Amino acid sequence: MIRDTTIGAKLWAAAIWTIVGFFVLNLLAMIATVITSSFATRWLGTWLPVGWTTRWYSSAWSEFQLWDVLMVTFQVVGAVVLISGALGVTAAYALARRDFAGKRLLVLLFLLPLLIPSITFGIPLATVLYRTGLAGTFWGVVAANLVPTVPFVILVMIPFIEQIDPKIEAAARVFGANTFKLFIHVLLPLLLPGILAALLLVLVRTIAMFELTFLVAGPTSQTLVVALYYAVFAAGVRAVQSIDAMAVVYMATTLVWLIIALRFVNPTQIVTRAKQQPAH
Amino acid sequence: MDALAPATAIEHGPSLRQRLAARGFDAVTLLVIPAAIFSLLLFVYPFAFGFILSFEPKAGGWLANYQRFFSDSYLYDTIANTLWLSVPTTLVNLLLAVPIAFRVRLMRHQRLLTTILVLPITLGTVLVAEGLLNYLGPQGWFNRTLMTFGLISQPLKLVHNYWGVFASLVITGFPFTFLLTLSYVTGIDPALEQAGATLGANAWQRFRHIYLPLLMPGFAITFCLSFVQAFSVFPSAVLLGEPAGITRVISIAAYQAAFEEYDYSMASAVAMIMGFVQLAIVVAVLAARGLFYRGPASGAKG
Amino acid sequence: MTIALSQFDEVRLDRVSRDFGALNALRDVSLTIRRREFIALLGPSGCGKSTTLNCIAGLLPVTGGAIWLDKNRVDTLRPEDRGFGMVFQNYALFPHLNVRQNIGFGLKMRGRHKAEIDRKVDEALSLVRLQGQEHKLPGQLSGGQQQRVAIARAIVIEPPLVLMDEPLSNLDAKLRLEMRAEIRRIHNELGATTIYVTHDQDEALSLADRIVVLRDGVVRQVGTPKELYEAPSHLDVADFMGFRNKLKGKVIESDNGRAIIDVEGARISGVARERLLAGSSAYAAIRSDDLEAGEPGPNALKVIVDTIEYRGREFVGTAHTAGGLDVVFRSHQAVEPGASVYLRADDQRVLVFAEPIQGRS
Repeated sequence: MIRDTTIGAKLWAAAIWTIVGFFVLNLLAMIATVITSSFATRWLGTWLPVGWTTRWYSSAWSEFQLWDVLMVTFQVVGAVVLISGALGVTAAYALARRDFAGKRLLVLLFLLPLLIPSITFGIPLATVLYRTGLAGTFWGVVAANLVPTVPFVILVMIPFIEQIDPKIEAAARVFGANTFKLFIHVLLPLLLPGILAALLLVLVRTIAMFELTFLVAGPTSQTLVVALYYAVFAAGVRAVQSIDAMAVVYMATTLVWLIIALRFVNPTQIVTRAKQQPAH
Repeated sequence: MDALAPATAIEHGPSLRQRLAARGFDAVTLLVIPAAIFSLLLFVYPFAFGFILSFEPKAGGWLANYQRFFSDSYLYDTIANTLWLSVPTTLVNLLLAVPIAFRVRLMRHQRLLTTILVLPITLGTVLVAEGLLNYLGPQGWFNRTLMTFGLISQPLKLVHNYWGVFASLVITGFPFTFLLTLSYVTGIDPALEQAGATLGANAWQRFRHIYLPLLMPGFAITFCLSFVQAFSVFPSAVLLGEPAGITRVISIAAYQAAFEEYDYSMASAVAMIMGFVQLAIVVAVLAARGLFYRGPASGAKG
Repeated sequence: MTIALSQFDEVRLDRVSRDFGALNALRDVSLTIRRREFIALLGPSGCGKSTTLNCIAGLLPVTGGAIWLDKNRVDTLRPEDRGFGMVFQNYALFPHLNVRQNIGFGLKMRGRHKAEIDRKVDEALSLVRLQGQEHKLPGQLSGGQQQRVAIARAIVIEPPLVLMDEPLSNLDAKLRLEMRAEIRRIHNELGATTIYVTHDQDEALSLADRIVVLRDGVVRQVGTPKELYEAPSHLDVADFMGFRNKLKGKVIESDNGRAIIDVEGARISGVARERLLAGSSAYAAIRSDDLEAGEPGPNALKVIVDTIEYRGREFVGTAHTAGGLDVVFRSHQAVEPGASVYLRADDQRVLVFAEPIQGRS
């Protein structure tokens, strides 16, 4: 790395760090606002609230039926994680290990739901789900959420599987492992770190997935983020602090999993999806 | 001898299964089928269905939805509104991300910064909208700080207008753009820059003549991905903007057609128009990218 | 010694073929391997030697012919049902299993009791001299140690046949010599039957009881190292056995196993290894050791010296003829580059081959 030590270069660096600092400061202040507000008795026209209380949490808990919403959220997320893991890992294995006619087309097909924003394909998807009567149900929400997560798992797993030498599988076969034993004793242990990383990312993304859930969820199949949207949308009906308490519950739910996920993956992976995104 | 030849050929010729296997079709290949069926059913079919449905309007000829969209300013203005939000924010994000990525690339401990930046992405647009409503509001810490420093005398109006949505698109969009840019910038072999320096190029010349040409394709992709994210802005346009005015974006129009008018045909038409505009801009940017160098960015080592 | 390999009489490849693509095709490979034999499959890369091994292991399907273990046909079995041991080119050790678990893998797959696995693995560990390393992961081992684990893993299942695919190609020169001796020692101690794939003729000559030379998916010659070294039956085989000089000429006469050919006007006589027709094209193959700088006379070829290197006891030089043939020779005296000298070969040491027909064996 080449470091410049001229005055101009130092000013330039200082300017850049100022922008970064400004951005991070505002971001953290925004989050702090929500948390402060959720513990405030009254907070109008002052730097800090008049007093502190935790009662908004209990009122939010009952007003927004947070227990039910949380249960639905975890059930949806659990189903999405398991199904996208099963579909995604098997497909990634085939795509990583075999070359066949139409493979490029198939990979493109799996890439598209990640490149097209969910609101664009969410509207026609919701239309189909409403026609089939699946919209509004638990499985409708799960199905809609699977559209981007299955390709996500596939694209994360392909490079991971490719780096495992096929000779290792050949060796397992030669030494007497049938397909099932090969999977249990060799593939699964080797792929576990990759599967864990992919599924944790799916988990975090599904908790935060607003658009698709919003378009297909009914009153009994709302996840936390959709419930939060409706609460903010109907602001004025409830106390601001109550909504903020719900927002803090949502943040906590997401961040717990984010922290767990970050033990296994690099933060950049959350954005750059698979490292394998075509670089040219 | 001739009479025996066909028999030998049959005995020696590969079976159908073996021929398929040689082309890559065997039991392992079949594993891709569940995911492929799933993708056809929940992605390709709805898209095709929506496309056809958009030509079957509730009333009027097969193009009635599209005619209605392009003759009603309340509808066609949404394209301009969306572009007016998405293009400036994408450019601002990219122009900020590039110099910062070049600086962060030199950092030893990038992980803390990348972790902080990944927060708004994981928290999502709804929470950012709720947070900004408080933070940027007339009584929020942002205005309060500016007034304390004497920079302004009256609180700035930053929510329920264009700037509220703009801010939310920067808060969620900048980290996304930055992390993508960073992955492209760190993918370039530092030896290339060192080689440039030994040949007498200064910092600006090294950026202009070495990095920029190599990074242009990556920037084009980053621009496209950031742009389509911003173009499909929805919750923050409703919560932080004026959803009936300047921030009435195209996804609001699609949502209202579907869930307020229950006109799925019209909603599909709006979704198709939305997809088409995104595609047109992405294709234009990628076509421009064709003018630049495309190839490995890591020197000779493959 | 309780590692007792399964006994059998012979493994027979009967006209084994593979019809796909140009790279890993095989044509009618027939071969019988007897118990306790050490067979080397030798040939340049792409000749089909690894393909043959993979077909025997069951990792590649054959499209014609059959493979027999005594009276049992094995080419239709899945690899996991054949019970052969295999040492892979880059070892293919399971990276998540330690040395002990790697070696015990095959026994575990066979559902053996833990006590039996432990006992056999201990024995295999001592056979390959890896005691004390058993709890390391493959990534913590040196290349030579990984090699030993791979061998132990292959023999501990007591296979009738041990397959080795260029096992020494990833090791440095010194270790390669050491492991070569180890492989032969283990083969002898166990009384194993081994098929060993290599592209290195030194390895094949020093290790094998019999060598099979493959070229373009076809068996060129099968024989003991001595037979191949002294009497290659084909120009390709001669090339592999160190006959670096191949002088192209026309057959003047050939009878009684002798031949005289005309190489740029010089009469070169030698042993005819194939049927030769007067007037047809042929090659005189001579090892560089047998081509010596000397006086004009019978079996001598006039050349111009290009380079000369001192090799301790003698000199080794390269030269070209007036017609542009390049040759390698030895000399007892220094000769100057650019000088014109005569190179002579004993006519017992010259082998004459017909010109190979392109594309056919």
